[in-house]
Amino acid sequence: MSVIAAERNITHDVAAWITRNMQPSPAVRSLTEQATASFNRLGLPGNKTEEFRHTPIYRTLEKNFDFSLANQSGDINPAEFLIAGVDANILVFINGVFSQKHSLVISPASQITITSLAEALAANPELVTAHLGKYADHQTDAFAAWNAASWKDGVFIHVPDQAVVEKPVLIYHVSDKTKGQVITVNRNLLIVGKGSAVTVLEKFDSKGTSNCFCNVVTECTVSDNGELNFYSIQDDTASHYNLKQINQQDNSRVNTFTFTLNGDLVRNNLHLTLDGEGIESHMYGLYLLKGSTIADNHTAVDHKKPNSFSNELYKGIMDESSKGVFNGKIYVRPQAQKTNAFQANKNILLTNASAVNTKPQLEIWADDVKCSHGCTTGQLDEEALFYLQSRGIQKETARAMMLYAFAAELLQNIKQPAIADYLDKLIRGRFNKEF
Amino acid sequence: MLSIKNLQAKIGDKQILNGINLEVRPGEVHAIMGPNGSGKSTLASVLAGREEYDVTNGEVEFLGKDLLQLSPEDRAREGVFLAFQYPVEIPGVSTINFMKTALNQIRKHRGQETLDAVSFLSVMKEKMKLVEIDQSLLNRALNEGFSGGEKKRNEIFQMAMLEPKLAILDETDSGLDIDALRIVANGVNKLRSKDNATIVVTHYQRLLDYIVPDFVHVLYKGKIVKSGGKELALELEAKGYDWIKDEVAVA
Repeated sequence: MSVIAAERNITHDVAAWITRNMQPSPAVRSLTEQATASFNRLGLPGNKTEEFRHTPIYRTLEKNFDFSLANQSGDINPAEFLIAGVDANILVFINGVFSQKHSLVISPASQITITSLAEALAANPELVTAHLGKYADHQTDAFAAWNAASWKDGVFIHVPDQAVVEKPVLIYHVSDKTKGQVITVNRNLLIVGKGSAVTVLEKFDSKGTSNCFCNVVTECTVSDNGELNFYSIQDDTASHYNLKQINQQDNSRVNTFTFTLNGDLVRNNLHLTLDGEGIESHMYGLYLLKGSTIADNHTAVDHKKPNSFSNELYKGIMDESSKGVFNGKIYVRPQAQKTNAFQANKNILLTNASAVNTKPQLEIWADDVKCSHGCTTGQLDEEALFYLQSRGIQKETARAMMLYAFAAELLQNIKQPAIADYLDKLIRGRFNKEF
Repeated sequence: MLSIKNLQAKIGDKQILNGINLEVRPGEVHAIMGPNGSGKSTLASVLAGREEYDVTNGEVEFLGKDLLQLSPEDRAREGVFLAFQYPVEIPGVSTINFMKTALNQIRKHRGQETLDAVSFLSVMKEKMKLVEIDQSLLNRALNEGFSGGEKKRNEIFQMAMLEPKLAILDETDSGLDIDALRIVANGVNKLRSKDNATIVVTHYQRLLDYIVPDFVHVLYKGKIVKSGGKELALELEAKGYDWIKDEVAVA
């Protein structure tokens, strides 16, 4: 009895943390209360939970975090983490707190409204509450519930109808964990109007050797004929739970790019709900892992209506003792005839200690559809390596050329040249490609 | 230039080369012929440094160096070139970038200055003419989606770019129609000089109508069992390989 009582229960610790960090706005009180109740009911998922079977997030939180502590205040200059040469709207969050002085909005108000979510909730509660918590599912997802109950701040983006936003929106999350552990809970809300287009990029960086856990939930709704390009770059040493729930209306287009280059334990949930016809959705992902990083991409695309197209390509290279997880769900509802849905996951394992678990999950209730999925896992092609060497190219260079080529395939789908260049540099840097 | 003495090699537990002896001097063209499974491609692979093969005995000297001690890339840098029987498709690696990297690493090894993009392109354009290869092909990923003939032409293009001292053509004629064969052979002939040598590995005599050898060797069960001039190839074409097998059996 006493042994059980002494055992640490992280769900209780986090519940207490949520109570202390409750989202204070009266405008969203009922959401906050419901989410708190959900969290208490659900509890944090352990390793027996199917969706977290390969991703020991419970153990990571248990081992690395003390939920009775408050965050150290961040004191960091984010300049070194900014992407140079991109003319963009910039929003900076340091340890989860919006930093006005590092942020800059340059797009005209006629094209887009960009503010912190807390500000938007105070200024325009009707619009925010009409969407907030309506897409991300806090009833069944404990991390989404945690987020809904205690989000600190985030980004609110509203693009009115028929507005093409020329300058992208860059959201920087910088964790300063030089003075101690950091736990951040951020929430973003994107509303893209009819016939409008916007590009958003979020990037995660960190400094210091303490532990950091970032729980970020982003809800997006893209109206008829709208377009959203969403990039995520995870290049820090933190653990993440990152949920994106994107709802699409008729003839809308969404392109998501998820790049994981570093991290402790990273869990990305990307959910697309295709609630219209003539929709086109592309999901691209690249995870280049080393050390003991665990990166888990769970994606789900839900075809609810006829005549839409979804395409998914995730690629990974696992080095040292890193581990990748991919789970791709495709749902095609009974009325979603003439759906085209494609999925591919390709992996390269560079060491015996690295691993990947990949699982396609297709549930198709309609009968007139085209769906395909494929996954490959292998080592670097020895015959190709020999071919390059036999032309006088050093083995290490040949290896780098091949890994770079494998990874860079994804960049071909990026339509924003400045972002593509930046990512190209990141990938080259990873493989020390100098030729 | 190349001196092979009692070369023996195996793959896994299977002994394939059983004591090859061969001398190649500058300016010479040697044809290695033989029935399937006689060890022709193994010999080519062992010379280029393919790692799956274990050399169990013998030595190979190339321009005064112990070839077997060198990595595949160092063999290439010293001047060995293997034209692959099955050139590898490498998605994402453009042929031009690949060639520029290869040529510059070789030039560096030889103490020559590396070429910038402009001088590289001018060298490339000149070599492209030799093998009648189109630049649009070279702009694509290495061998990806190339036809059989395009792949073999690309091999000879690479050979022209890297200017090897010893070229080993492994079944370069396989899968080629007569026009492609002629183009490939022309390319090889234009690259011949008194300073370099060529080893042509082939099953059929056909290629040797175009690339005329000075010596023909017949490989059987991992050994050179007969050597002669170019007329030996014609004899093999007319009579097949069985009489060689019979001769070996009698001996």
